[in-house]
Amino acid sequence: MTAPLQLRWVDVGSIADIPRRGARQIVTPNGPIAVFRTHDDMVFAIDDRCPHKGGPLSQGIVHGSAVTCPLHNWVIDLQTGAAQGADEGCARTRPVRTEEDRVLLGLAVAAEQAA
Amino acid sequence: MTRRLVVVGNGMAPGRVLETLFEAGGSDVDVTIFNAEPRVNYDRIMLSPVLSGEKTYEDIVIHDDAWYREHGVTLHKGRKVVHIDRKAKRVVADDGTTAEYDTLLLATGSGPIVIPIPGHTLPGVLTYRDLDDVEAMLAAAKTGNRAVVIGGGLLGLEAAAGLQRQGMTVTVLHLMPTLMERQLDPAAGYLLQNAIEARGIQVVTRANTHAITGEDRVTGVRLDDGTEIPADIVVMAVGIRPSIDLAKTAGIETNRGILVDDAMRTSDPDVLAVGECVEHRGVCYGLVAPLYEMARTIGRNLLGGDAEYRGSVTSTKLKVTGFDLFSAGDFADAKDRQEIVLRDAARGVYKRLVLKNDRIIGVVLYGDTGDGSWFFQLLKDATDISEMRDTLIFGQGYAGGAPLDPTAAVAALSDDAEICGCNGVCKSKIVGTITAKGLSSLDGVRAHTKASSSCGSCTGLVEKLLTLTLGDTYNPNAVQPMCGCTDLGHDDVRRLIVAKALKSIPQLMQELEWKTSCGCAKCRPALNYYLIATWPGEYEDDSQSRFINERVHANIQRDGTYSVVPRMWGGVTTPQELRAIADVANKFAIPTVKVTGGQRIDLLGVKKEDLVPVWADLNAAGLVSGHAYAKGLRTVKTCVGTDWCRFGTQDSTGLGVKLEKLMWGSWTPHKVKMAVSGCPRNCAEATCKDFGVVCVDSGYELHFAGAAGMHVKGTEVLCTVATEDEAIEYCMALIQLYREQGRYLERVYKWADRVGLDTVRQQIVGDAQRRHALHERFLHSQRFAQSDPWAERVAGKDAHEFAPIAAISFQEAAE
Repeated sequence: MTAPLQLRWVDVGSIADIPRRGARQIVTPNGPIAVFRTHDDMVFAIDDRCPHKGGPLSQGIVHGSAVTCPLHNWVIDLQTGAAQGADEGCARTRPVRTEEDRVLLGLAVAAEQAA
Repeated sequence: MTRRLVVVGNGMAPGRVLETLFEAGGSDVDVTIFNAEPRVNYDRIMLSPVLSGEKTYEDIVIHDDAWYREHGVTLHKGRKVVHIDRKAKRVVADDGTTAEYDTLLLATGSGPIVIPIPGHTLPGVLTYRDLDDVEAMLAAAKTGNRAVVIGGGLLGLEAAAGLQRQGMTVTVLHLMPTLMERQLDPAAGYLLQNAIEARGIQVVTRANTHAITGEDRVTGVRLDDGTEIPADIVVMAVGIRPSIDLAKTAGIETNRGILVDDAMRTSDPDVLAVGECVEHRGVCYGLVAPLYEMARTIGRNLLGGDAEYRGSVTSTKLKVTGFDLFSAGDFADAKDRQEIVLRDAARGVYKRLVLKNDRIIGVVLYGDTGDGSWFFQLLKDATDISEMRDTLIFGQGYAGGAPLDPTAAVAALSDDAEICGCNGVCKSKIVGTITAKGLSSLDGVRAHTKASSSCGSCTGLVEKLLTLTLGDTYNPNAVQPMCGCTDLGHDDVRRLIVAKALKSIPQLMQELEWKTSCGCAKCRPALNYYLIATWPGEYEDDSQSRFINERVHANIQRDGTYSVVPRMWGGVTTPQELRAIADVANKFAIPTVKVTGGQRIDLLGVKKEDLVPVWADLNAAGLVSGHAYAKGLRTVKTCVGTDWCRFGTQDSTGLGVKLEKLMWGSWTPHKVKMAVSGCPRNCAEATCKDFGVVCVDSGYELHFAGAAGMHVKGTEVLCTVATEDEAIEYCMALIQLYREQGRYLERVYKWADRVGLDTVRQQIVGDAQRRHALHERFLHSQRFAQSDPWAERVAGKDAHEFAPIAAISFQEAAE
């Protein structure tokens, strides 16, 4: 029997810890997650792997609400994780929200763990 | 039905509650108000005009004593409620006055946030919330003459403008890179900063206040970077915090504010709350419009209605005379959104509408806010604007009208109308020259008439004249734009950076009418380079606009690890250096150590978090960054020359080391590789480098414009010089010319091809004065460039680049 899943919101830091038009990496046992902050303080989180060749998206240049992968310049939309333009592929987006100046990342846990 | 209503607080929100209540026929409700301020109800929004002297307290009173008398309201001025007894339904004030209620209305408002930095309690440190604060500021303005305002938001800027009107010299300190970043996008924030500075108010952005200085009263402010700004008063205007202590002590549920439902009821159904103290659906409001909407809901419900408040869309206006600024809604970029942007840099007008599904969801207006209310109405009503989209940005006056033919306005100009103000060129001259000379491009017009060749602001007009004269044969896109964010080519951008003295990326994007809010991965690194090359020592490098390699000073590899290449001057090393490299490779388990093509040692597979410790160890042995990652000087290869080689004609190793020591650290449009060979056998392969020296018996043969990349290209001979000093000067001058003319990511050989080899020779060899000047400019820029980036990072710079923000230890459940 599988336990029902539910989101657990984990405080990963202050928005000020992420440079504007920049990103930071969150280390997890399931692989790194990139958390982005745009020029207008929108925050997004995506698995830190480019759908092309696995490049670390957290190291790319952030512009508008997109990031350009440092390895081969794929442009990934931060809202959907989808590659833009002629390229095809999608990085997994992660639930993230801000509360005051804190950044909270949503991770799936079994319901009894959630509290 | 409420018989007895007790109100705690007498700001604008409860005032509006009572107005609504009395209008709805609630005149027999018995109302008692406690106000901690010793006054009647006044218009808090108008504090700024009082501070600036444009209004007096009497002008901004909303309800005078007569109004309270007329409506039978008991107003306890200067009495602060300190206790709520919810069981007995009674409140107690600090002087012992009590009042019993059927319904209690909390309107405790908000208090200013005071940053607890050293010195924040000194006399002379003020906040900006109520009339007492304004009076304190006015009193201070009479005796002191310098003020510092901490906070470049709405309140801070209003305070700054008011204090300046009172004759003070004012400095605004703002933590973020642009002003009012919550209400404005960076472009509008930049325009605002310009306008404020033009008024004589100094603005310092990215200013982190370290301490307020002074012994027994304020004497100044010290920033984190050590800057001291003298001040007689310091005004903190960094934000507000809902006042919830009274409610919290009484056991009413609070979070950031007092929690209320859509009927504005708190967790106790007999206690309502309104205004800035409230948190409704997770939002606390600090603007008046939502407070009034809440107040109307309560006013109706007190008489048994069932009105609901569902949250507000807010708009902002800056209330400082002379600044026109309006913003509303959500103006962040996103994929499903579109923008309409109108920029008129000369008039200082900027309008931006953010659309989603043919509806306006965000508005930013600067310089011309006449249509703010019309746009805001369309936003709130979610009106479908697809029918009027073509003219929407021009405002209500054009709504529904037919769009104009873009060339019609130019066609209507008279023959003697001046098109280019810089060079005094009129319309008939341009049209006549296009026809007579058979011109087909903007560059042609520039070359033959000079029109649009200086500041470039008439470029649009000249292009329209070309279209008008040539019809469809004119192709305005003949100049390759830098990227999709602009129609300007690299050369235009570089020319305008100098002509308009553009010194930051937001300023440049504003003045040159960029089409995106913050550029893209193509233009941002280019602009960052152009600015750093044009304004050495003045422009502050924007690391977020650099590719990762230049941001972390190492080369990213395909698996996300990095390679580290220490500098070895001229390719010469020592046993100590080699030992240090070996120790580092062992200590950090670096998988691959390889000799590069540029006579260096490459440590490959370094984990990102190990970069700084690796550099620390290398630094300790005297090794510095080799810039193997940079669009800058990479390496100077040498052979052993006269020191050892039986064929050597000059000290090639020595010259290579000198060149590298003089030229390292400089940023260039693309990478620069150099070499010095000691004789024409050319063991250092100097004839396929960006700049190469081949030593001969009579001196030094200088080469340039070679490459051994995707295209193998032998060098061209620049000239032969007799002395080492000349070789060095010519080299620096050539690289400086390339730095000034090269387009970003254009190698030396491509640049030389484009401008012409002879042109380069003429400027470096033929024109000694020009060469000296280039040499001087290179030396000047090196003064700011030669700092080892590894040592800086070992000392703590950009620490966020090298560590994860967080580590999560638990395993995520599988889906």
